[in-house]
Amino acid sequence: MATVLLPEATPSTPAQPTASARSNRRRATRRQTWTALAFIAPSLLGFVVFYFWPTLRGIYLSFTDFDVFTDPVWVGLDNYTRLFGDETFWNSARVTVQYVLINITLQTILALALAVLIHRVTQSTFLRSVVVAPYLVANVVVALVWFWMLDYQIGIVNQGIEWLGGNAIAFFGDESWAIPTIALVNTWRHVGYTALLIFAGLQMIPKEVYEAARTEGANEWKMFWKITVPLLRPVLALVLVITMIGSFQVFDTVAVTTSGGPADATRVVQYYIFDLAFQRLDFGYASAVSVMLLLVLAVIAFIQLRLTRANESDLN
Amino acid sequence: MTLTSPRTKRRRLSRRVVTSALAILTATGLAGCTQGAMSEGAWGETGDLTYWMWDSNQVPAYQACATAFEKKNPDISITIEQFGYDDYWNKLMTSFVADSAPDVFVDHSSKYGDYASRGLIENLDELVEKDNIDLDQYVNGTVDLWRAADGHQYGMPKDWDTVAIFYNEELASEAGISAEKLGSMTWNPEDGGTYEDVIAHLTVDKNGVRGDEEGFDKTRVETYGLGLDDSGGGYGQVTWSMLAGTTGWTYMDEPTWGSEFNYDDERFQSAIAWWRGLIEKGYMPPLSQTVGTALSSKMQAESYAMVTDGAWNINTYAKLQGVKLNTAPTPIGVDGERASTFNSLADSISASSKNKGAAWEWVKYLSSPECQSTVADAGVVFPSLSAVGDTASERFAETGFNIEAFTTHVDDDTTILFPLSENAVEINALMTNAMDKVLSFSTEPSSLTEVNKTVTGLLDE
Repeated sequence: MATVLLPEATPSTPAQPTASARSNRRRATRRQTWTALAFIAPSLLGFVVFYFWPTLRGIYLSFTDFDVFTDPVWVGLDNYTRLFGDETFWNSARVTVQYVLINITLQTILALALAVLIHRVTQSTFLRSVVVAPYLVANVVVALVWFWMLDYQIGIVNQGIEWLGGNAIAFFGDESWAIPTIALVNTWRHVGYTALLIFAGLQMIPKEVYEAARTEGANEWKMFWKITVPLLRPVLALVLVITMIGSFQVFDTVAVTTSGGPADATRVVQYYIFDLAFQRLDFGYASAVSVMLLLVLAVIAFIQLRLTRANESDLN
Repeated sequence: MTLTSPRTKRRRLSRRVVTSALAILTATGLAGCTQGAMSEGAWGETGDLTYWMWDSNQVPAYQACATAFEKKNPDISITIEQFGYDDYWNKLMTSFVADSAPDVFVDHSSKYGDYASRGLIENLDELVEKDNIDLDQYVNGTVDLWRAADGHQYGMPKDWDTVAIFYNEELASEAGISAEKLGSMTWNPEDGGTYEDVIAHLTVDKNGVRGDEEGFDKTRVETYGLGLDDSGGGYGQVTWSMLAGTTGWTYMDEPTWGSEFNYDDERFQSAIAWWRGLIEKGYMPPLSQTVGTALSSKMQAESYAMVTDGAWNINTYAKLQGVKLNTAPTPIGVDGERASTFNSLADSISASSKNKGAAWEWVKYLSSPECQSTVADAGVVFPSLSAVGDTASERFAETGFNIEAFTTHVDDDTTILFPLSENAVEINALMTNAMDKVLSFSTEPSSLTEVNKTVTGLLDE
């Protein structure tokens, strides 16, 4: 749109703008502003109604006692004081961090490897699309199918383990296995999608750089570390921020499998919030926990973007 | 992109964005102010009624009731909507908030206290009195479960349920255990009585050695004598209540709406200690192995020889392919009698309904002999009306199961009412966590004494 408007806006003698040309330009810019606003408006409306306003309201509710049926009662910092002494909350924070660490580490490494493979090894569109297949299956379905496959007594995975001579594992039932299992299930579902994002970044790296390196005698391994990783950094940073935020919000897999059990071993923060709000009708306190999660995520995203210099590229 | 955009312009744009955003915010903010005010409803005698239920198995029977009702009351029409149990309560809550609640809905005894105390459902006392409804015609206990802490009735009981043992007939006969033996089992918390003998004998390891035989390998069990679903939380409805209930122990100091819990009672804790001891002996699976598919799937896979489960699952077990099951009553316990938790579902009327007059007519019809006999004839639940109980039992008997295993508790009055309390969700969440820990051997049953103080404390809030 901007380029269409451009001829009108450009003054005839750019070197010495006359007074009329200047007002012309101002009018044009104003018109552009309105055009831009018109384009932004729909998504802005959506953002405000579905994100911004609920966030503000959530922050407000975090200072109240609210059960949805009666009006919120202002309680000041009570919810936050309770939060600092709430053992279940701190446990859920620990559990969530454990989940994120396993999920993100594994997922990023596997996705990077997968992306490089489909970038450097194959040109086949079919193979490239197969890696995203798990992502096309709904989260709940993935969780349920794995839940059944990993069942202790009748799951196919444990049948396999026993057939190979091992002892069956209570994947979802054992307190020490439950979180790694859920992290692995979600890694399986998301790795292809993450690989696709990284793959898009790989395609932005100019081929000449690789050709030059090869002429200099570099092997694939060296090229990966000296070319791919450094040039991929901005994309990788973005992918990390997005996947990590998503990872902190893990919910559905827990909800359809363990429901937070056994004995709080999988009560991740997001599930705890849901439990507090929708099962125990404690919306005020649930909002306070949500606000904490929001703050933690904001800080993590900020640090990540700073550390990885995501807004600069080494390409230019 | 050749257009140069000076910094000042960009800033002005963003300021404008903020201004319009604020304008929208104020608008939505004003709209949001109406929240919290519930509509009072009205006593309309005619019109459309929405009726919610969660059990899809029961829809055909109630649809038949609705059709018959509409014929008798041409001014009222009924729309039945069904949602799965897990979604049901969230959906119901949001519908209350959005002022679009169903006029009448199937309610659960563990839930209605919260609705009643918030004024979301109608007190039925006056209506029952006005229409001279004889509450004695319902199975003993069903009406009591629907009296809230304030003493008023908030639902017309529609059915009831008890708990029994489902066992694999083939595995039992292979082990030489007859139906008579299963029907006369005894239990005590010291040595487990003949109940433990049967469980031990039905347990088989991967080498084919039984649980009570020399060389039994409890680390490699093929079939557990007794299955386990979960730790039972604070109710233990299908897990431990049928044992603890025979020791003279009760959930609270009153049958319903008590002021104190009894999880600190020695009798309760010793029953739990015996029960979890089955895990150590290798007769019952560790809690960690039970997370996964449903009890019925494990019965089907012959991972369990017996399980304790509720009457609402009779049809699920009857339909299992590849295994032949039957039922037996829960064991005779310490007091020389059996015990079972007893629960009842009921129909409640939303306070916000516009047609509460019509809604009452429908609720009255649902608990009337006419509709109750239709329900009894479908053989999916035990109807609350005593008069039609035999019909339901006959229908249920067509499954081949020993239905007396369930009805014996009502006939012999060995039922324990499902515990009703304030803050039930919160309390059960705490108890589930505590019982999980006991069952996974990270704490001792005596730790429940401390938990009892916490949950009792929640009653006053």
